[in-house]
Amino acid sequence: MNQSQIARVFKSPVIDQVGVVERAKRFTTRSIKSEAKMQGLEMVLSMIDLTTLEGMDTEGKVKQLCYKAQHLHDSIDGLPTVAAICVYPNFVGLAKRCLAGSGINVASVATAFPSGNSSLEIKLADVSMAVSEGADEIDMVISRGRFHRGEYNFVFDEIAAVKAACGEARLKTILETGELGSLDKVRLASDIAIAAGADFIKTSTGKIQPAATMPVTLVMLEAIRDHFQKTGLMVGMKPAGGISKSKLALHYLIMVKETLGDAWLDPKWFRFGASSLANDVLMQIEKQRTGAYQAANYFAID
Amino acid sequence: MTHKNSNWDLSPAPESTGHISLNDHYGVFIDGEFRTPDHGNRFQSINPATGEVLAEITESSSQDVDRAVAAARAAYAGEWSKMGGRERGKYLYRLARMLQEKSREFAVIESLDGGKPIRESRDVDVPLAAAHLFYYAGWADKLSYAFPNRNPQPIGVAGQIIPWNFPLLMAAWKIAPALATGNTVVLKPAETTSLTALKLAELIQEAGFPPGVVNVVTGHGDVGAAIVKHEDVDKVAFTGSTEVGKLIQKSIAGTNKRCTLELGGKAANIVFDDAAIDQAVEGIVNGIYFNQGHVCCAGSRLFVQESIHDQLIEKLKHRMGTLIVGDPMDKNTDVGAINSREQLATIEQYIEVGKQEGAEFYQAECQLPDAGFWCRPTLFTDVAQSNRIAQEEIFGPVLAVQTFRTVAEVIKKANNTPYGLSAGVWTDKGSKIFNMTAQMKAGVVWANTYNLFDPTSPFGGFKESGFGREGGLHGLSAYLDI
Repeated sequence: MNQSQIARVFKSPVIDQVGVVERAKRFTTRSIKSEAKMQGLEMVLSMIDLTTLEGMDTEGKVKQLCYKAQHLHDSIDGLPTVAAICVYPNFVGLAKRCLAGSGINVASVATAFPSGNSSLEIKLADVSMAVSEGADEIDMVISRGRFHRGEYNFVFDEIAAVKAACGEARLKTILETGELGSLDKVRLASDIAIAAGADFIKTSTGKIQPAATMPVTLVMLEAIRDHFQKTGLMVGMKPAGGISKSKLALHYLIMVKETLGDAWLDPKWFRFGASSLANDVLMQIEKQRTGAYQAANYFAID
Repeated sequence: MTHKNSNWDLSPAPESTGHISLNDHYGVFIDGEFRTPDHGNRFQSINPATGEVLAEITESSSQDVDRAVAAARAAYAGEWSKMGGRERGKYLYRLARMLQEKSREFAVIESLDGGKPIRESRDVDVPLAAAHLFYYAGWADKLSYAFPNRNPQPIGVAGQIIPWNFPLLMAAWKIAPALATGNTVVLKPAETTSLTALKLAELIQEAGFPPGVVNVVTGHGDVGAAIVKHEDVDKVAFTGSTEVGKLIQKSIAGTNKRCTLELGGKAANIVFDDAAIDQAVEGIVNGIYFNQGHVCCAGSRLFVQESIHDQLIEKLKHRMGTLIVGDPMDKNTDVGAINSREQLATIEQYIEVGKQEGAEFYQAECQLPDAGFWCRPTLFTDVAQSNRIAQEEIFGPVLAVQTFRTVAEVIKKANNTPYGLSAGVWTDKGSKIFNMTAQMKAGVVWANTYNLFDPTSPFGGFKESGFGREGGLHGLSAYLDI
């Protein structure tokens, strides 16, 4: 791609922060009751990437997480499973074995997660390792330092190279919006990631505050919508970090529905990166079923 | 992973109405009491979303108006105009607090009576009404600071006639500055939406205002005319149509009555190609579909720079498709019922005119309820300045879209109207905003937002949109001799 083509691709629309915040707030005034609530809660469960990304992760922890993923709350029949579990590359093989036959995907962070500060060579090796261990999805981070230097073509090329290394695995590109500084930059980074071939764009590593917020997610959803209107191609969205309550998750789904439409209300196109959201959703489902809240101790922590 | 969700539709989320108290019929509020006149003339106030009768309202006679004005005069000459500003302020603060406490009841009644979505009456009308009361309560004891060395004095009895689109909010806009400055009031709400003004009268009674400071007479246009023509009324404040505004001007000619008029509008909402386009779409929707377009400052003429026209219209249509039209009492409703059968007929007539003029017609697809008065959010593209739908105020959810090429062209076209109440400008460039605001003949120019109100900000029109300002410091001077 020559320079003039790059300039064309990377001319992103401007974003008005005040307007975005106002619009995002409007979704939270939607009242989600009875049938719609139950359907929404089950949808949230089915879209969760159950995550453990800690320096102290162990085989035991990953095994427990995989068990939880398959048995969210066995006392309720007909619950969906989560979409995927999300781990570091060295646990991909173990997770694949634990989840064999469950239909639950294994996602792996890669590319020198979470900072992304390494050479392309090492990042690609990181990706290849996860893919060869059987990862279904790769969650990469963009090079924020290079992005802030204005080296957008570098960021683009890096994403494209990682995409190529992913093979069959689907690529989620983490923008780390908490480090980008403005919604204009979030939009620009979204457009670059989409143009470079990301299957999903994702807000955050979970290591930086603020992580996912509704305004940031809205700007990314609008980038996805514009891309779809231009090309007819769908790109997925994954807000990650900071979404731990059912009500907030339902408001995210309203935002997806009204911005992108029902087609995106599917784990193939929308995910929540979260570790504690699942239990809050389960608690709400129990409340909808029985009319009474149960204590947190009735829901297993893994 | 295989969990498939085809369609996720919101379940009904109705606001409960069990907590409100409405009488079967209402008298007029004169001299601190609700009175049922001997003539017994009444008319029905209906819920425009269902056609159901909510209450019977008194059709006031000219004698009722006489009594109301006499009560206001007596209260003015009595303690109210002589009372210290701090004491008057206390009454207003009390009223503002009581309105906040009963905000849920007021919001529900406003939506039942007027057809506006509960989301709007709850989040906009009622809080903003309370904010106006609080704001002017604060000025009551600071008038000599507001107008230093001018010895500001009240005018006397104010006759105030308000419209049906923001019944409670307009009552607060009118009453708050009048009372803060030491005047007394005869208020006439619009005939289709009298209930919240009468409920406000109940609050005024409960708050212990001296009798006659605020009087509320209900009825149709001739009641308003009787107030305007009454020789003991010192000041007329009217919000409504330009047609009626002109009649009022004629009828007070030759008298020394003071007058402020807030009339119709046909606002230009201008989107430049460098605007934040998704947020502009949101502003366009807020500008024209807020309160079913029953807004005098509605952004009913959309000017889009031609280079982004197609993209913007596509986005606008997509957004229109997500608007929920229907039961005003449902918390998820975005667009409620048209206020009255008459108004619906007017809007439908204009839609026919638009089609006959050859403009491209589009309506959002949505299921409408069977009973009541409804109009889908409507869009006309390929409109020219010479089309009637681009010239005349429709006062409904109908947007007329025109394109433009240059800044000079759009300023000319935006000002090419007998109205001049409001305008909107959407651009990422600050210098462009200031250039536009300096040249637009409009009382309010919103930049990168629309329909945003604040009690500190004056509101009012140029040209046939009226004169005088409400809100802010300017709103005080309309009720003072300075």
